Amino acid sequence: MSSETDTTPHADGGGGKSVIPHFVAPVTEDESYGVDAVRVAEKRSNLWLDAWRDLKGRPLFWVSSFLILALVVVALFPWLFTNTPPNDECYLSNSHGGPSEGHPLGFTKLGCDVYSRILYGAGTSLSVGFIVVTLTTILGVLFGAFSGFYGGWIDSLLSRLRDIFFSIPYILAAVVVMSVLSQYRSVWSISLAIGLFAWPATARVLRSEIFRVKNADFVMASTALGMSRFKILVKHVLPNSIAPVIVITTLSLAGAIVAEASLSFLGVGMGSDIMSWGNDINQAQVYLRTAPMTLVYPSIALFIAVFAFISLGELVRDALDPKARAQR
Amino acid sequence: MTFYILRRVLQAIPVFFGTTLLIYFMVFVMPGDPIIAMFGDKSPNPAVIAQLRAQYHLDQPFIVQYFLYIGNLFQGDFGVSFSGEPINQILMRTFPVTARLAVMAIGLLTVSGIVIGLISGLRKGKLFDHASLGASLVLISLPVFVIAFVAQYVFGVWLGWARTTVSNGAPIQDLILPAIVLAAASFAQVMRLTRSSTIETMNQDFVRTAYSKGLSRKRVIPVHILRNSLIPTVTYLATDFGTLLVGATITEGIFNVPGVGFTLFDAIRRGQGPTVVSFVTVMVLLYLVVNLVVDLLYGLLDPRIRYVK
Repeated sequence: MSSETDTTPHADGGGGKSVIPHFVAPVTEDESYGVDAVRVAEKRSNLWLDAWRDLKGRPLFWVSSFLILALVVVALFPWLFTNTPPNDECYLSNSHGGPSEGHPLGFTKLGCDVYSRILYGAGTSLSVGFIVVTLTTILGVLFGAFSGFYGGWIDSLLSRLRDIFFSIPYILAAVVVMSVLSQYRSVWSISLAIGLFAWPATARVLRSEIFRVKNADFVMASTALGMSRFKILVKHVLPNSIAPVIVITTLSLAGAIVAEASLSFLGVGMGSDIMSWGNDINQAQVYLRTAPMTLVYPSIALFIAVFAFISLGELVRDALDPKARAQR
Repeated sequence: MTFYILRRVLQAIPVFFGTTLLIYFMVFVMPGDPIIAMFGDKSPNPAVIAQLRAQYHLDQPFIVQYFLYIGNLFQGDFGVSFSGEPINQILMRTFPVTARLAVMAIGLLTVSGIVIGLISGLRKGKLFDHASLGASLVLISLPVFVIAFVAQYVFGVWLGWARTTVSNGAPIQDLILPAIVLAAASFAQVMRLTRSSTIETMNQDFVRTAYSKGLSRKRVIPVHILRNSLIPTVTYLATDFGTLLVGATITEGIFNVPGVGFTLFDAIRRGQGPTVVSFVTVMVLLYLVVNLVVDLLYGLLDPRIRYVK
């Protein structure tokens, strides 16, 4: 039994200070009553609110959010920013030409507009990124949730299966898949190739988080109330262990963008009719000495995209983790 | 300890079969008939085709082919490359070069990552710490081929300090730049891990005890703080071996280092599917072995790991 009362002025507590309202167990006679007191006037708080308070004061959070927003706008509506189509209107007379009016970044070897190719390439990178993380999140959550929550032989089986996919570095695996699918090079096939081998990271993180959560009191309470195991998993355990999944999803989005660019750079990525920064870097590398800028601009675009997602992911991770916050 | 080794090795076996089966399956479904491809434009006699098919066991069901392949793997036979040279002959020729590059890169990245991470941990919140954290964020955001081109352009073309491609025989001085590039890709994580575990160790009771019994910083930092902060860093190095393999493929390709990675890079570019698969298999097996060895070493070094599931 307890009641919500204001503290009565205490012998050594009061003085001139204003009294903080407390939630106190009715043991006022006891010297140690302050130990049981809970501050009622304290701001409402939970994991997400704490994280938000931390994030909104950090300039890098706003910078990376703005960059991501800008990238999404460019990816969806590249034609708003340029009148030149990326692949047609290439004239060999413009080969490696410098910047001119309407073409601020000059031309590629084949005389295509670099600026326009970069803008249209954003769509490819982001689509691959989003498709891959959708795939890794679905597979990762299924594997992680079932093996973490049910444990036992289900866990052993799913974990060994996961280890198999985890043991092949995912870019190498995607190289093999794309060699197999050499006739079907598209945003979808490349995302499938990356996503099929990138999900174990998500599964591992979720599994260990569920291990931490599943023995909490609220889970025991739901069991006592007669809730089914599966319902407990979906309604209580998953929502309480999803934070690290969100972080790793943001980070793997960056990873997927790098993977797509690497595959295109290796020549097993996109077909040449699809704009891709990796493709452009691949084609420009031969002219490192003569026309370095055609190599530099797509590299910068790639860097900005990866940087935006990685810094957002890391900031959110640190904001969600009180231990990491203390280390700054 | 015996039990730990036994359990860890037994766990590795299904993973070994799983990964090889997965890769082999992908080759199996690869479009195109390898036997017909051998003859190019000519149309060979059906009897010859049947003969060759039987010779390469292509007339057997998938699972039989797979076990024949595993049998060959255990005898050290990784197949034949596109040019007809046995893969293990190529490996013997190229592996020493890659090993040299990898040792240089790992040495470089371990030393620089640990030293800079330690200093930034000790000076948490100071200018050096902010600068190295900022640099690590930039490095993490750069794909390895972009780092390689920047290095090639700045040190090779612009300053002229290094060759942009490696000359015959891959001498050590030519490998310095590729090794730096390869190290740069993983440096940031090593530095950050060392930094955060340094900060954690610094606040431990035993460090306070060491200071209060009058030991100097010169003694406490390397012996008490650093040695106890290294476990996460070393663990990371083992799991990061995969990144190193991919990085080596791309770096060796860009700098023309005649190693295992370059051979894979070249095969990928030329679209030589079966060669690509053989080399990926070799790399995956290497990755499995490295992780197994590191895990076993841990059990040896840290008794706590032996008993935790």
